[in-house]
Amino acid sequence: MNVLADQVFLLARRSVVRTIRQPANVVAPLVFPMMLLAVNSGGLKAETHLPGFPTSSFFAFALAVPFIQGALFATMNAGTDLARDIQTGFLSRLSLTPMRGIALLGGQLGGVLTLGVVQAVVYLTVGLIVGVRLATGPLGVVVLFLFAMLVTLGFGALGAFAALRTGSGEAVQSLFPAFFVFLFLSSMNIPRNLISTTWFRDVATLNPVSYLIECVRSLIIVGWDTEALVLGFGVATVIAVVALALANWALRVRMART
Amino acid sequence: MSDYAIEATELVREFKNGPRAVDSIDLGVAPGEIYGFLGPNGAGKSTTVHMLTTLLPPTSGSARVAGYDVVSEGSHVRAAIGAALQEAALDPLLTGREHLRLQASLQALPRSERKQRADELLTRVGLTHAADRKVRGYSGGMKRRLDLAMALVHNPTVLFLDEPTTGLDIQSRSALWEEVARLAREDKVTVFLTTQYLEEADVLADRVGIIDHGHIVAEGTPAELKAQVGRPTVEAIPADPEDADRVAEILARFGDPCGSTKGVAVRLRAGEADLVDVVRALDSAAIKVENLQLHQPSLDDVFLAKTGRSLEGSDDDGDDDQGAPARGELAAEPA
Amino acid sequence: MRTLAVARGVAWRTLHNVFTNPSLFVPSIVFPLFFFVAFAGGLSHVQDVPGFNYSQGYTAFQFVFVLLQSAAFGGVFTGFGIARDFESGFARRLLLAAPSRTGILLGYSVAALLRWLVTATVLTTVALAAGMNVGGSGVDLFGLYALALIVNAAALLWAAGVAMRLRTMQAGPIMQFPVFLVLFFAPVYVPLALLSGWIHAIATVNPLTRVLEAGRGFLAGSPTEVAAAFGAALALAAAFSFWALRGLRKAEVAG
Repeated sequence: MNVLADQVFLLARRSVVRTIRQPANVVAPLVFPMMLLAVNSGGLKAETHLPGFPTSSFFAFALAVPFIQGALFATMNAGTDLARDIQTGFLSRLSLTPMRGIALLGGQLGGVLTLGVVQAVVYLTVGLIVGVRLATGPLGVVVLFLFAMLVTLGFGALGAFAALRTGSGEAVQSLFPAFFVFLFLSSMNIPRNLISTTWFRDVATLNPVSYLIECVRSLIIVGWDTEALVLGFGVATVIAVVALALANWALRVRMART
Repeated sequence: MSDYAIEATELVREFKNGPRAVDSIDLGVAPGEIYGFLGPNGAGKSTTVHMLTTLLPPTSGSARVAGYDVVSEGSHVRAAIGAALQEAALDPLLTGREHLRLQASLQALPRSERKQRADELLTRVGLTHAADRKVRGYSGGMKRRLDLAMALVHNPTVLFLDEPTTGLDIQSRSALWEEVARLAREDKVTVFLTTQYLEEADVLADRVGIIDHGHIVAEGTPAELKAQVGRPTVEAIPADPEDADRVAEILARFGDPCGSTKGVAVRLRAGEADLVDVVRALDSAAIKVENLQLHQPSLDDVFLAKTGRSLEGSDDDGDDDQGAPARGELAAEPA
Repeated sequence: MRTLAVARGVAWRTLHNVFTNPSLFVPSIVFPLFFFVAFAGGLSHVQDVPGFNYSQGYTAFQFVFVLLQSAAFGGVFTGFGIARDFESGFARRLLLAAPSRTGILLGYSVAALLRWLVTATVLTTVALAAGMNVGGSGVDLFGLYALALIVNAAALLWAAGVAMRLRTMQAGPIMQFPVFLVLFFAPVYVPLALLSGWIHAIATVNPLTRVLEAGRGFLAGSPTEVAAAFGAALALAAAFSFWALRGLRKAEVAG
């Protein structure tokens, strides 16, 4: 167990170092969601005047989105790094060591989670500076971080699966538009009950990303909403479990050693 | 227990819907030997290396490396071998030193030894000055040297080198040859070296196996192989072109005529030993010779004799190993 | 004549590349459609915000933004192609072979324009099929699409200037990011009057706001701020023409 933990730590450290050495991979997940948050909260502020809108601060309403968007970037980072390892042959090199395959996955995801923590801290700090106060208090912050990490883990594993299955960075990058679609066809910008276009509301209701956003949102603006928490954690757990299983399977096929 | 460091018996690898990339090869490499595995692109060299290094399971047959079976004792094999495969498998974002420390850590070297081992290897391959530079700034030769150093981190007894000097300049190539020769000579490391360069096999290898279309078509020391196919030729270019006929008449006493674009050439009946007599005969006839050369048969001549094709310029496919998965693709299921 | 011949050649080649390559062609059609669906469909309730008084409804309101967005990003995508040409060395071949180098720039502009016209046609068709209300006359609609064309040209010239200076695909984010900022610091979701705070301040001085409001006016059949809109768009196009031509000179000098 110690050996495995050691290996995971080494590879997680490598993952973090590599990300830090690609500034775009650090800056983009921090800047882009914040920018979109600024634009949307400025542009859609008027939405708070709609009857039934859950808060008077659109910024507080929209603050949930970066936590999920950040996970999207985690997908890209985990995936493109792994794909590069496959394309350069570095994975073959690692295969020739006593390294266990699960350590590679664990290390890659460990690195992504580490950066996910940094992202979450930044998002929350910006929110606090702007004046947002979590309705669930300090305990809510802890739950928020745990949830954000669970979502990052699931999305990171999806990126890793895509990389291991295809061995191609381009294929991983092509997931970005798909995730983007899931993000926009959700309750990202308006509560689901206030979506007046029926088909859009139906799509948002079926879209698992809606529940992820609503879970974070409930911690920020609503308080302890059991339904939102159960649904959010439930969806995030299912995504994580399925994605990890797929990634593990793809890894065993890719690292077919005797 | 076998005396061989590397042994393969009727080793086969088939890919789904593809030809047999390796078709029942037998080979044995003695401990401390440098074995050159020579063949054109697509011959099956890399597939063989992948099987011997446990990265690809054989379809049938067996192989043992460092005394362990490659299929049932894969982890033991991996602990005993080092490998520098076809491309220098490096992370462009890490430094040379970081690579070696990571490798040392993954090979479970004691923490106290990792730094020292990394420094030692960096010195050995001449990369101390670039140790803290990211690999993406390295030249091709530097990458290859780092690749080799990484393969040596855990002091393997068997080293696999898959076309280690492809794309390198002459100086880098010579430096790598020197290090490989030293490893075998001083550290008694067994080296299995695949190459498509005749000169590399000729200079480095104690024994050479020539592979074509998945079969070993010839095996032996370079000298033995060359001796199998022919005798040396001598070529004389007279200073005065009018003496060509006289030169031809004299040389005909020593062997059978063969083609020459510039002068007169014969294949010596008695081999190199006749060269002195040739010189004496030309001198006795007072024929001035502008150039006199002795040509030994090359490994290309060996390949030509065994396969009917020349090894140089022989290129079956773009990729090494017919049907073998390209880098980044999943390995196909074995047939 | 030489300029036109070069422009024709460059435009043909660029368009051929795009239309025979689904990975280049499809996103430029799909993304605007997606944004249209997401904004018009998802945010339609915004028209119930007190003070929202756009007569043609939220679908038409968003259509204008998405049309202009597609025009702007259509120009940027063609700029990606220019960067790719420089990176692959093809642009150097063009610079050597073409008797008129201004024709090269003109050719890329024409290609961007024609490429965008396809997108605009698909987008308009889908919007009409979705029941978008059109209050404007033929002249008004001509004004709307003319504005969009100028935005397309301005964006292409901006991106071309960047591409010719940096001559690498890694210039992509530099081309895209400012365009994204200009687009989204405008009244995207609600009219300018319903914005407040810092975003209202930025949107007020953003030249695209004039273009957007005028475009919405054209679609509603009540043109507004037309001179300011065309002035702003043409000024941007002129400024970026200069930027692109200087970039072309720099590329020539770099070899």
